[in-house]
Amino acid sequence: MDEQPAIEVVKVSKKYRYGSQQPYYSLRDTMMGVIRHPLTVLRRHRHRADGLADDEFWALKNVTFTVKQGEIVGIIGRNGAGKSTLLKLISRITYPTSGEIHLRGRVASLLEVGTGFHPELTGRENIYLNAAILGMRRGEIKRKMSKIIEFAEIEKFIDTPVKFYSSGMYTRLAFSVSAHLESEILIIDEVLSVGDVAFQKKCLDKIGKIGSSGRTVLFVSHSVQTVANLSERVLLFSEGRLVEDGASSEIIRKYLGSKQHLMAIKNWTDVRRAPGNEVVRLKKVSVKDKNGQTASKFNVSEPVNIEILYDVLRKDAKLVPAVQFINELGTVIFASNDTEVKWNRYRRSAGTYISSVTIPENIFGEGDYSVRVVIATYMPYQKHINEYDVVAFHMNDAGGPGTSRGDYLGTILGFIRPYLKWQTKASK
Amino acid sequence: MFSKEIDLVETVIRPRSGWQLFDIKAIWEYRELFYIFAWRDLKVRYRQTLLGILWVILQPLTSMTIFTVLFGRYAKIPSGDLPYALFVLIGLVFWNFFSNAVTSANESLLAHENIIKKVYFPKVILPLAAVVTSFVDFCINTLLIIAFSFILGYPPHWQFVIVFPLCVLITCATVSGLGLFLSSMNVKYRDVRYLIPHFIQILFFFTPVIYPLSIVSSVNRFILALNPLSTVIELLRTAFTGGNFPFIHLLFVSGISTLLVCILGVWHFARTERFFADIL
Repeated sequence: MDEQPAIEVVKVSKKYRYGSQQPYYSLRDTMMGVIRHPLTVLRRHRHRADGLADDEFWALKNVTFTVKQGEIVGIIGRNGAGKSTLLKLISRITYPTSGEIHLRGRVASLLEVGTGFHPELTGRENIYLNAAILGMRRGEIKRKMSKIIEFAEIEKFIDTPVKFYSSGMYTRLAFSVSAHLESEILIIDEVLSVGDVAFQKKCLDKIGKIGSSGRTVLFVSHSVQTVANLSERVLLFSEGRLVEDGASSEIIRKYLGSKQHLMAIKNWTDVRRAPGNEVVRLKKVSVKDKNGQTASKFNVSEPVNIEILYDVLRKDAKLVPAVQFINELGTVIFASNDTEVKWNRYRRSAGTYISSVTIPENIFGEGDYSVRVVIATYMPYQKHINEYDVVAFHMNDAGGPGTSRGDYLGTILGFIRPYLKWQTKASK
Repeated sequence: MFSKEIDLVETVIRPRSGWQLFDIKAIWEYRELFYIFAWRDLKVRYRQTLLGILWVILQPLTSMTIFTVLFGRYAKIPSGDLPYALFVLIGLVFWNFFSNAVTSANESLLAHENIIKKVYFPKVILPLAAVVTSFVDFCINTLLIIAFSFILGYPPHWQFVIVFPLCVLITCATVSGLGLFLSSMNVKYRDVRYLIPHFIQILFFFTPVIYPLSIVSSVNRFILALNPLSTVIELLRTAFTGGNFPFIHLLFVSGISTLLVCILGVWHFARTERFFADIL
């Protein structure tokens, strides 16, 4: 049967201004600007040969691909590769600078779970609200209400305002609404990293089922494992361009290979492009050895120090830095938050800060690790910085006394490699 | 499972030019979301029904008491054939609707920043839903006016049936137009929201809420009528006195002004809507 593709992206480009959040204007500044330099208003629109003004860049450049009906396609790529911009364009949240996208079928996009949840409303009321925001009709919501509640496992609290929910319940409810969307095309951005492991698995199963029911799914994930499990086809993006398109296993291998270019130190010289927002921005992140030297190769019996240098731009912010260590398969080995109450409970003055954490010896197994850096505020929880693959390092296991390996030369399984004391005595 | 027989809706996404007006079809498709936004705000506000209503009527009642004592009794501002209390209450109820609706419509886009950046829907429903929420308060306060007019012995005359819907129509159109214009300005220029309270406060004195139109010169009446609310308030007062409306020509001025505000609001909103998600 000659079937038209579900998603057709034709030569799509999107231009943005620098800064992860666009600086907004003030009426006062604009008016003063016009009074002082009447010509700058005109000059701003004059572009260089590449079609960009000085403060602009291409978030996506000339992207073309099609997705067949019923296909599940994963999208991978580093930060700033254009993955999220692409999903935003397909979801019609923002418009392309040039090019065209054709979508055949109803589109539901899930760029966040629980969009629009209101704390004062009950779980049931929030289901109506969130489902309507995601494009569900009232009849459809009514029909699915009991299924949604059941899936979220919160029957008892469904008529309680969600402000009394634990974060787990909140996430489960939010995801449950999304999981029951009935559309021919489903767009998902990194939403599977929420909730507890058992619930995550339930959601993954649900998405797998959505795919096998003939609906088209397009999703972004930082977990390469998830991508490999769910989709047969993967698109790899890099610096706004689609660089690879093909079978998952092959593309993922290439992608993981390319990750090895990550360095032990990352410096942002241009503040405007540094990760962060108006509250805090990253300056430098480095991996150091026990002598305080930047290092990218370690032995498992050595401690690893991660140092984060950042600018606090807004005074009185309460900030908690955190790191996660992610292995080659995209699995988070562990995470660590700054729990030092002296810092994380109190308001800071603006300025530059260094937070560092040391991971003691004998935790990591051998392999490559990349570091994700998060700087957040609690209550209400907000991530100011959430940067994957900031720095990376390699772990080697040479064995010998004081290591888990000891004299063994073969492969050791497992994600962590603690050095544990064994005791043996002759039993009578 | 869905059958392959069904016709799949095709959506085409293209760069949007700045001169495209609203996609009426999309707005109609999202009408349920519009109800739900309005419903949510009302639900939160009237969670405890009695307290919610009390809260809404308290605002004009206290202002009315203060103004009646200050301007009615001491400053002796004329109030025509109506007792000053009823006279000022009519003005205040319309004024409060105007100022609440414009303020909340203005804030509506920034307040929903998170949703705008994560989901597609016609953004115009946000300021309009904010106007609807304020309109419900206004309806409650209208009942207050009517109850109060009976208590004071000045029940509405037959004209009320014609005049009131006309007043409501003009006011709703004005606040919607103004709300669309200001909210879309507010996304681009974040200092606009600091100007709004000043703007509203100044406008209060240029609207015949605490004084009648008859005490200003005929030239100034024209200027005041540029704000449609001036004519609306005066017009509704005549529905309680039963007299003829002496300033029928001002109704034209206000009508044109309303139309212009609506056009400006719709035009500016439609023009800026396409990059809301990029600059929010």
